[in-house]
Amino acid sequence: MEVPDQRLPAATFEDLAMPLFDQLYNFAHWLTQDTAEAEDLVQETYAKALRGFPSFQLGTNFRAWMYRILRNSFLSSRTGLKATVILDAEEQEDALPKETTTPESLLLEQANREMVQQALGEVPAHHREILLLFEVEEMSYQEISETLVIPIGTVMSRLSRARKALRSVLQQKLAGGRHGM
Amino acid sequence: MACEEWGSKLDLYLDGELPAAEASALGLHLRSCSACASDALERVQFKRSVQIAGRRYAPSAQLRDKIAKDSAPAPLVGLRWWRWAAVAALALIVAAGALYTSLGRENAQRQRLYSELADLHVATLASVAPVDVVSSDRHTVKPWFQGRIPFTFNLPELQGSEFSLVGGRVAYVQQSAGAHLIFQVRQHKISVFIFPERGAEMPSLATGPVNQLSFNVESWTRNGLRYFVIGDASPDDIRALSKLLRSAG
Repeated sequence: MEVPDQRLPAATFEDLAMPLFDQLYNFAHWLTQDTAEAEDLVQETYAKALRGFPSFQLGTNFRAWMYRILRNSFLSSRTGLKATVILDAEEQEDALPKETTTPESLLLEQANREMVQQALGEVPAHHREILLLFEVEEMSYQEISETLVIPIGTVMSRLSRARKALRSVLQQKLAGGRHGM
Repeated sequence: MACEEWGSKLDLYLDGELPAAEASALGLHLRSCSACASDALERVQFKRSVQIAGRRYAPSAQLRDKIAKDSAPAPLVGLRWWRWAAVAALALIVAAGALYTSLGRENAQRQRLYSELADLHVATLASVAPVDVVSSDRHTVKPWFQGRIPFTFNLPELQGSEFSLVGGRVAYVQQSAGAHLIFQVRQHKISVFIFPERGAEMPSLATGPVNQLSFNVESWTRNGLRYFVIGDASPDDIRALSKLLRSAG
């Protein structure tokens, strides 16, 4: 029987980490909402990950590990400290206006990337974060659970609330756009 | 199940997180219910819109270059384990050389053998193909030595232990052919040398554990064969592997 190579030499950090670079930067920019801060955050993330790589457990999720480092770095940054309360906010039933018409149907008529981007920027940080991890980074519930260090049940409820919040913001924007016409 | 109940599971279904049986049932329902199918389509559009909008920010080429440069293995940081081992061997050889002058002749002879074994251990790990027979199966490795060395030996059953067999090769110490087996425990590679004991050529060595310049060594004689277990693993690991080898007879 051939013996699989169980070693994870330091040289492979680059191989594993660089393919995540674009998406980590995108995520960092959404978190910080600032180009310079996003660049600093990504650099800090890679530096920490490289230092901690020898202790990375083979067989565990490298992507979730990188995102967790990035998120923790963000939370310990000045901007992140302000957001900590928001990111780690207790799950509460959002007081959202009742949906009358579905924003989805309006989006079908009026797909507007900029509007969705604006709306994403306006939803609470913990909602934006989970929407990005799921819809953009295409993480599974399990991966998100590992990244955010929250139970899967919380992932499900938070994601559901995040969608509801985004729909609500979009709905208001679409309604405002119509009134403005 | 009513449409309202299915609706509560629609996001899970579209997220690919609904259990297979329920997903199959909901898929069937969507094919027969235009209202739910329309709802599903809208949600898919919504997800797609978020996905497109979320991919907004692209890093600069300068940042990419910097991160790539910083992430690339440094001349020493990125060295593979066998090169680290080669560096350790160099240190060992230098230190062994220094020791030679200060120890007595017999002791020096012993040290020379240990050094030779340590060199073999490190040089083997440093090579591109450390072993000639690559297998974790003792029933593959042991027969491979037939006709290559003038004796036979037994290998222990490793199942249930922390150790695994990496493979083996023929090694020569003081013009004597022997078996060189490599075992792995976690990230450590351990060499096991087995040579026929020929008193005149093989200096007398204390049986039991020895620490040689950060390498741990254990040696014993059995049935006319001398065993050496050497590596940078902990004394406990060296001892545990030695015990397994002894139990194999």
